[in-house]
Amino acid sequence: MANVKFPRKEFESSLGSKITKEMESLIPLFGTPLESLSDSEIELEIFPNRPDLLSMQGFLRAFKAFIGKSPGLKGYKINPPEKKYKVTISPSVKPVRPFTACAIVKNLKFNDESIKEIVDLQEKLHSTVGRNRKKLAIGIYPLEKIKLPIKYLALPPSKIHFIPLESERELSGQQILQKHPAGREYAHLLEDKDKYPVFVDANNKILSMPPIINSHDTGKITESTDSVFIECSGWDQQVLQKTLNIIVTTLSDLGGKVYSMNLHYGSKKLVTPDLSTEKIKISLPDINKLLGLDLKESDLSKLLPKMGYDYKNSIVQIPAWRTDILHPVDITEDIAIAYGYDNLVPSIPNVATVASESQQSKIESKIREILIGLELIEISSYHLIKASESRLYKLKSVIALEDSKTEYKILRPNLLIPALRILAENKDNEYPQNIFELGTIFSHDEKTETGLSESTNLLIASSPSNFTDLKKILDYFASSLSIKLEIKESEHQSLIPGRTASVLLNNKPIGYIGEVHPHTLNQWNVKMPLSVLEISLEEIFNLLE
Amino acid sequence: MPEKENIQKIIESLSPIERSIIPHLNSPIPEIIEKSGLDSTSVLRALQFLSNKGLIIFSKTTKSVIDLGTNGVYYKKNHLPERRLILLLEEKNHLPIQEAKKLSKLSDNEFKVSLGVLKSKALISLDNGKISLQAKKEELTKNTIEEALLELLPIEESKIKDEQLLALQNLQKRKDIIEINKKTIVSFSTTDLGKQIASTPLQTDLIESVTPKLIKSWNSQKSKRFRSYDLSSTGPKIYGGKKHFVNQGIEYGKRIWLDLGFKEMQGSLVQTSFWNFDALFTAQDHPVRDLQDTFYIKDIKGQLPKDKNLVKAVKQAHESGVKDSKGWQYSWDPEEASSVVLRTHTTCLSAQTLSSLDIKKDLPAKFFSIGKVLRNETVDWSHGFEFLQTEGIVVSESVSFRDLLGYLQEFYKKMGFEKIRFAPAYFPYTEPSVEVSVYHPEKKVWLELGGAGIFRPELTIPLLGKAIPVLAWGQGFDRILMDYYKIKDFREFYQNNLKSLREKRAFIK
Repeated sequence: MANVKFPRKEFESSLGSKITKEMESLIPLFGTPLESLSDSEIELEIFPNRPDLLSMQGFLRAFKAFIGKSPGLKGYKINPPEKKYKVTISPSVKPVRPFTACAIVKNLKFNDESIKEIVDLQEKLHSTVGRNRKKLAIGIYPLEKIKLPIKYLALPPSKIHFIPLESERELSGQQILQKHPAGREYAHLLEDKDKYPVFVDANNKILSMPPIINSHDTGKITESTDSVFIECSGWDQQVLQKTLNIIVTTLSDLGGKVYSMNLHYGSKKLVTPDLSTEKIKISLPDINKLLGLDLKESDLSKLLPKMGYDYKNSIVQIPAWRTDILHPVDITEDIAIAYGYDNLVPSIPNVATVASESQQSKIESKIREILIGLELIEISSYHLIKASESRLYKLKSVIALEDSKTEYKILRPNLLIPALRILAENKDNEYPQNIFELGTIFSHDEKTETGLSESTNLLIASSPSNFTDLKKILDYFASSLSIKLEIKESEHQSLIPGRTASVLLNNKPIGYIGEVHPHTLNQWNVKMPLSVLEISLEEIFNLLE
Repeated sequence: MPEKENIQKIIESLSPIERSIIPHLNSPIPEIIEKSGLDSTSVLRALQFLSNKGLIIFSKTTKSVIDLGTNGVYYKKNHLPERRLILLLEEKNHLPIQEAKKLSKLSDNEFKVSLGVLKSKALISLDNGKISLQAKKEELTKNTIEEALLELLPIEESKIKDEQLLALQNLQKRKDIIEINKKTIVSFSTTDLGKQIASTPLQTDLIESVTPKLIKSWNSQKSKRFRSYDLSSTGPKIYGGKKHFVNQGIEYGKRIWLDLGFKEMQGSLVQTSFWNFDALFTAQDHPVRDLQDTFYIKDIKGQLPKDKNLVKAVKQAHESGVKDSKGWQYSWDPEEASSVVLRTHTTCLSAQTLSSLDIKKDLPAKFFSIGKVLRNETVDWSHGFEFLQTEGIVVSESVSFRDLLGYLQEFYKKMGFEKIRFAPAYFPYTEPSVEVSVYHPEKKVWLELGGAGIFRPELTIPLLGKAIPVLAWGQGFDRILMDYYKIKDFREFYQNNLKSLREKRAFIK
């Protein structure tokens, strides 16, 4: 998700009208939530499927069509490549960063504001479609500093030497990754490669080392720049070309004159940018069925141009900067947006089905009722426990998370650990404290798809209390469910020997009951005598079904 | 109310204990305790009740009381040190100082003080390192003023006579002999009403409690009256057992879906990425799959579903698309799909449910779930790593986007939100997609509650075998609960403070 901020004055002058109250409520209905609006700025949220709206020019192009100011597909003139407008792609880039899409734009008049806009757009595209430069990176260079044609090739890092942006001296490929701030940030994208990709001009001057950094000599746009060379490099030719289209149409809207370039992938030739439209066939009955509307052919001819499309005879012309049209349903959604989500009347559907609660839910609910009848209070704890708690409990095999932003890093193997934490946290509250929890616990299990299995456990803790007190609760619980639970003396690391028993259902152990050992209570900072029982409910669910 | 009736009503409300102390109201409290034969707590409580009824007025006075300190108690029993020295000298008349000290068994300090005291009273003299007794026999047998004062303690400071003052000052200079305590003394005076009642003969045949015997003999006792209670007095609090408030909310939500004809789905919190992401047409490089957003389980590799056709169809949907779709155009990695995650949404349950349906027999179908989901987030007042989601799907050839809006509107109406608003949204697995907000009439704001949409064909074709419309939603549930229980801090959901759990109100909408 990306938020963009546009200067309000320029926004309104390009739009040709003020942002009225009515427009404020219309903007979110276009699919771009209005995050904030001040006298100087408008901030919008742009969903990841619409990178073409990340620039003010791109947004206004689409929004003007939506409000009926300039409906339909907007045309852009692309001038054919001039002599030397050529990029040769060496096979050496294939394992490193195999593709590029390039263009030249002339006749630009940059000022501080428009340079900032272009840099912002570049950064937003990097972080969204570019997946933080992994999938795609963009370089923009002042044309007057470059001698065409261009080569895109990969070199051993030791053979790469240039002064990167924001540096005072020449660095090698390795040095850039180790020392330069941008190099360190994106080092993981190249580190394991034998060769690094570079763009080189006809004087063999290195223009940039994508996706890391441009050269100081050739990689900086200033107010005196009037023509630029643009390249996108990455792993997906389609995505590179769509992104290039987003950039060149934005520059064209800023007054630029766009020229295409010849790309030579060995014998394969390609001309970019290519703004020819894609076509998709839609079906009016399918659209009406999916939306629950009764639109006519003539409605489509009005609605589709509002979303920037051209439409005729079931064929939709898709602008070359749209990256999100995979299927006719994507067109259907745009028709719904053009129709207005606020105009869609919710209908009461007539789908007759029989409701049912899951058997497990029903039993769990019943168990809760039985236990609150004994004046127990239900608690609800995190499914994760802290690493420190796992050590304190001396857990042998833990199920740990790869990464966690909090101290909770391990899946709980029982409900006792969270209960001890919660009782310690409640040590100053009124006693007796009789609590229970119904919840999922986790264990290793090679037989499942995930290698883990889950079980619903019941924990009851009573403080202050002794074995007999808790045994009464267990007996009442069993008789209320009409099941037979037996107990047999056993051991448990946290409980007092001789006051600890296994709970058996049909001779199978399903848990334990006993008095918690003062040693354990001290460790967990629990101040009052405590008895606990914890049983797995899985067998009981099976039995009651 | 006429005075007489009022008095009568008060008399009838007197408890047996109150009755037993009324005759002694002209005595001070210690005497009442003695005369009534009750313990002091009962007497004080009864007096409190009488005060509530306006029979007496309490007054509290603070008094300073002079009492024995720790050493004082000891000296009162075993003589002051100077007396012990005198007793020794009575036998010997003259003693070298060092020997006197040794024989007297007094501490350094006690010995020094004793010498000073006796010298100042001219009872001894010191000469050439020797102590000589100077007093006459009768002077020796007489109590000193200090000893006399010790005998009197405890005594109120205000009752100290001038001649005792010097002794008090002398003793106060010495360690821990005297202690001055401030004591609050409760006394009361009887009001006119109290006096009137005390002089009225009290009915003694009021019924105090209903007993089996009374019930049996009621016919012969019909004319008797019951003692009235003081109904306005506050009694002790009681708390019942209780379901956790979150579970009460979940049960309410479930009830709504069941009323609307939905079937409950259940499933695991631990899922393979295949079910949590891939089956939901979420591209493998989608940022939501990053370690920063999703909890991955360490050191565990999961398995793809046994159904090879399903896996193949999902792979195809991602790589080149299924029927009329272009797909995401990349090479799908089965390894990535077999990583194990904690579910980030309950939508994975919908995917599993769809894959288990037989479209020839099981349609139309409606399913719901309300369950926990986990995301790698920090914890603060507005964030947490566990949330609740309410999930729903409607599978039928005949449903439309407007029906989806209808189900959501119905659910939120039953949740108490009359006004609902829909805006375009984006999710990788739905198209069209919608973001749902409800209007909060008290706060006068719109609350964003989550996403919904119609599952994409790239999802339904692999899972159902055919592009059948599936209305789907995964709505946040925590905000509704936070609003209902007026919870400002997200952490309260998992705090389990027993005091707050005991006092939480029931979930009724």
